[in-house]
Amino acid sequence: MYRMRLPPWLVLLMPAFVILLAVVAIPLVLSLYSSFTAFQLTRPETITRWIGTFNYEKAIGDANFWAAFGRTVLLLTVALNLEMLLGLGLALMVAKVTHGQRLLRTIMMFPMMFSPILVGFQFKFIFNDNVGLLNNALQSLGLTDVAIPWLVDGNLAFIAIVTAEVWTSTSVFAILILAGLFAIPQDPVEAARVDGCTPWQTFRYVTLPFLMPFIYIAMAIRSLDVARAYDIVQVMTAGGPARRTELLWTLIGRTGYVDARMGYANAMGYIAILLSIAFTVHFFRKLSSARTSLGMGD
Amino acid sequence: MAQVVLQDVVKNYGALPVVHAINLDIAHGEFVVLVGPSGCGKSTTLRMIAGLEEISGGRVRIGDRVVNDLPPRDRNISMVFQNYALYPHMTVRENLGFSLYIAKRPKAEIERAVDQAAEILSLTPLLDRKPGQLSGGQRQRVAMGRAIVRHPDVFLFDEPLSNLDAKLRTQMRVEIKRLHQKVGTTIIYVTHDQIEAMTLADRIVIMRDGHIVQIGTPLEVFERPVNAFVATFIGSPPMNLLPATVRSGGLRLADGTVIPLPPGLTAREGQAVQFGVRADNIMPEGHSMPPTAHMALVEMPVTLTEPLGTETLLFATLAGTEVQAKMLNPRPVRTGEVLRFGIALDKCHLFDADTGASLRV
Repeated sequence: MYRMRLPPWLVLLMPAFVILLAVVAIPLVLSLYSSFTAFQLTRPETITRWIGTFNYEKAIGDANFWAAFGRTVLLLTVALNLEMLLGLGLALMVAKVTHGQRLLRTIMMFPMMFSPILVGFQFKFIFNDNVGLLNNALQSLGLTDVAIPWLVDGNLAFIAIVTAEVWTSTSVFAILILAGLFAIPQDPVEAARVDGCTPWQTFRYVTLPFLMPFIYIAMAIRSLDVARAYDIVQVMTAGGPARRTELLWTLIGRTGYVDARMGYANAMGYIAILLSIAFTVHFFRKLSSARTSLGMGD
Repeated sequence: MAQVVLQDVVKNYGALPVVHAINLDIAHGEFVVLVGPSGCGKSTTLRMIAGLEEISGGRVRIGDRVVNDLPPRDRNISMVFQNYALYPHMTVRENLGFSLYIAKRPKAEIERAVDQAAEILSLTPLLDRKPGQLSGGQRQRVAMGRAIVRHPDVFLFDEPLSNLDAKLRTQMRVEIKRLHQKVGTTIIYVTHDQIEAMTLADRIVIMRDGHIVQIGTPLEVFERPVNAFVATFIGSPPMNLLPATVRSGGLRLADGTVIPLPPGLTAREGQAVQFGVRADNIMPEGHSMPPTAHMALVEMPVTLTEPLGTETLLFATLAGTEVQAKMLNPRPVRTGEVLRFGIALDKCHLFDADTGASLRV
């Protein structure tokens, strides 16, 4: 009887191949394919209706899509920079603490321990115009007597969302920068002090260059996070009212699951992923040039 | 003029004192080496002068200013660190010019100063490299260059050569000495290596457990150590120390051997002492022992030989203690061979067995 004999290396790799095919390759190919069809979740047979690049052309011509795209980039820029500055400040302060530093580091990470959905609800409550903590506080302090529409006005809602993002994720920067601070060799810092640097100059010319790789790593991680931002925004405003806080993924999610236009949603998803890739490439380039300038690796 | 004066300078880490009220006067242009075993407080002392450690008590003066409360940048000092402490993200040129850049000097002046320092230390071809692309010796030269561009009042060196290999260390030692002759600035130099101390210093300060044990020129501390610690610390190989008792004008060693009391030493009858003699002053008969009036002869079995070329180091046993002797114009010696050695008594030392203090008058 003939038995097919596969080479051992292929047999050993087979489970990995099968899993990769099932969880990565097939969904990827399928979603890419469906982005060229008029696929609607409610009418499964539409997955075979090939419409070429129509979905992509539609997305590129759609002002709502570009508004969401722009808002996502803006959120990324504002949130990341704020988180970096606050995280840097926090890390510098915590690094100075001698007693109870472990405890502080643990406390610092608390925001990361909450589900973003819950954070969304909490901030939705804080920014609620009638019963919210913030308006109540402002009114009690006599700073205002109107109910500020935090989650209704487009700009204010953006600020509210940024606040929630920054609150949850500043600690990512703080922890990574703190790790960087611990890794800095003390000799160059002392040399700078002897060379005539004020504390600010020491920080600017010696400490900061050493921290840059750590900052870029945090940036790369967080840019992926924010580029796919969905949960907090979905809970707080659901992209509304009237698309005023629409981000890429709230738009894509609604198009795919609420409007059931999965083909179109996939097409927008692929364009959105280019954004993530662009940011990642950018920060990794920055990271490697910062490392090279420090003489680390190549 | 920049003399450095330490008055009763104390350093405590919490309740733990590491430097005990030391006093030191360093003249303008002097090359002073602080030397001692690790943990003796020499680096801490240097860092207090630099302003990198707070001074717990006493006063440090540089020039005519008390600098206790001045930050390092206001002390007009420069320092060379053990690990070079270069700024890795700056080129050699930027490293050298950094202090002048911080001081907001005009560009042309910075360039001139950097070029001059690079010239002195033969760094000119390396100016556009980063520290990561340099060898250890080159990095050390950059660190020195960074120190000299500023024309500081005082140079501080914190074990600058201990990360270099032996050959490079010898070479850099000569360069540092040459640098001192060229720029003539006051230098305070910390090392645990007594050879560096001997070769570089105008004056050596020997420290131990946070105290200054002896201050003197290299020859003074070599020839007249104040106690047994200095005697064994300075000089290579270390001075041989043999326990002995003073008996009727002679020294009675552990096995009963009696050696005449060296001249110029005072000891009470019956006092327990340590008899100190350097390898250079114990020599086998017939091997170029310089003539001296006071010579003791002993017979010792040789246990080990270390041929060094121009001389051979002989390890032998005297009264149960291993001693090292030198054989000039060496001939092969078998292990176990018994030789007659001459001990030059007028070059010998005597230390109190309890206090270790020298008994030389």
